[in-house]
Amino acid sequence: MINKLDAALSFHQNALRIRGQRQELIASNIANADTPNYKARDLDFSAAMKRAVAGVSQEASRAAQSMSKTSAQHMNGVPSSAQTSSGAAGEPLFRPIIQGSVDGNTVDMDVERNQFADNAIRYEASLIMINGQLKSMLAAIQSQ
Amino acid sequence: MSLFNVFNISGSAMSAQSQRLNAVASNLANADSATSANGTPYKAKQVVFSVAPTGSPDATGVKVSKVIEDKSPPKVIYEPKHPMADAKGYVTMPNVNVTEEMVNMISASRAYQNNVETMNAAKTMLLKTLTIGQ
Repeated sequence: MINKLDAALSFHQNALRIRGQRQELIASNIANADTPNYKARDLDFSAAMKRAVAGVSQEASRAAQSMSKTSAQHMNGVPSSAQTSSGAAGEPLFRPIIQGSVDGNTVDMDVERNQFADNAIRYEASLIMINGQLKSMLAAIQSQ
Repeated sequence: MSLFNVFNISGSAMSAQSQRLNAVASNLANADSATSANGTPYKAKQVVFSVAPTGSPDATGVKVSKVIEDKSPPKVIYEPKHPMADAKGYVTMPNVNVTEEMVNMISASRAYQNNVETMNAAKTMLLKTLTIGQ
């Protein structure tokens, strides 16, 4: 029974989690706007959402894609698909360069601010929807 | 929790930018310091940013990796009455480029403002999240 309540809320829970993750990535892009050689990154929300709904955790898919580490000193292998826009399912990707700068930084502040505001509003939309779901559930269990 | 990490990221950027602003203030204040503690003219200081890992694997903050001395040549002006003037009457002045420093200052303060706004937005989102189910 509790399972079903959990399943009813899990879609928006996943959406909020991925929106939060994306917000964090964009915040780090904004923070590194003046760092030499920093490459802006972003998340493909729909791919990440599809994967979350399919029930594959990020760690599991990461482990499946990357090389296995046999020593603590090994570096994290970046799966080759994470660098192309086609193969990666919800992994952070690098943003295409609109106007390159001399220090190798690819952060475009207009794009980042835009995406930041957009993502924040979509996060709040998810919150409103989850609230609505909770309200209708409460209405169903209360005999009024 | 991703959103709490935004505070770390923006906070690191704010402290890095304020350090940059500090360097600018020091350079502007010493734009005419013909002598310093070691007897040579003041050398302009520049900060170098680099990424700093935070709690999450993908999102990174900022740190000042080093403070370097500007390599550009010092300004040499002709002022025979100056106490630091050499035999020919030339004084070696600091290599501070005031225009460049002003531009640096504006850039640092704008970047700081951006990060404050980022932090505020994350705070609003977290507060809204706390009201789930009310």
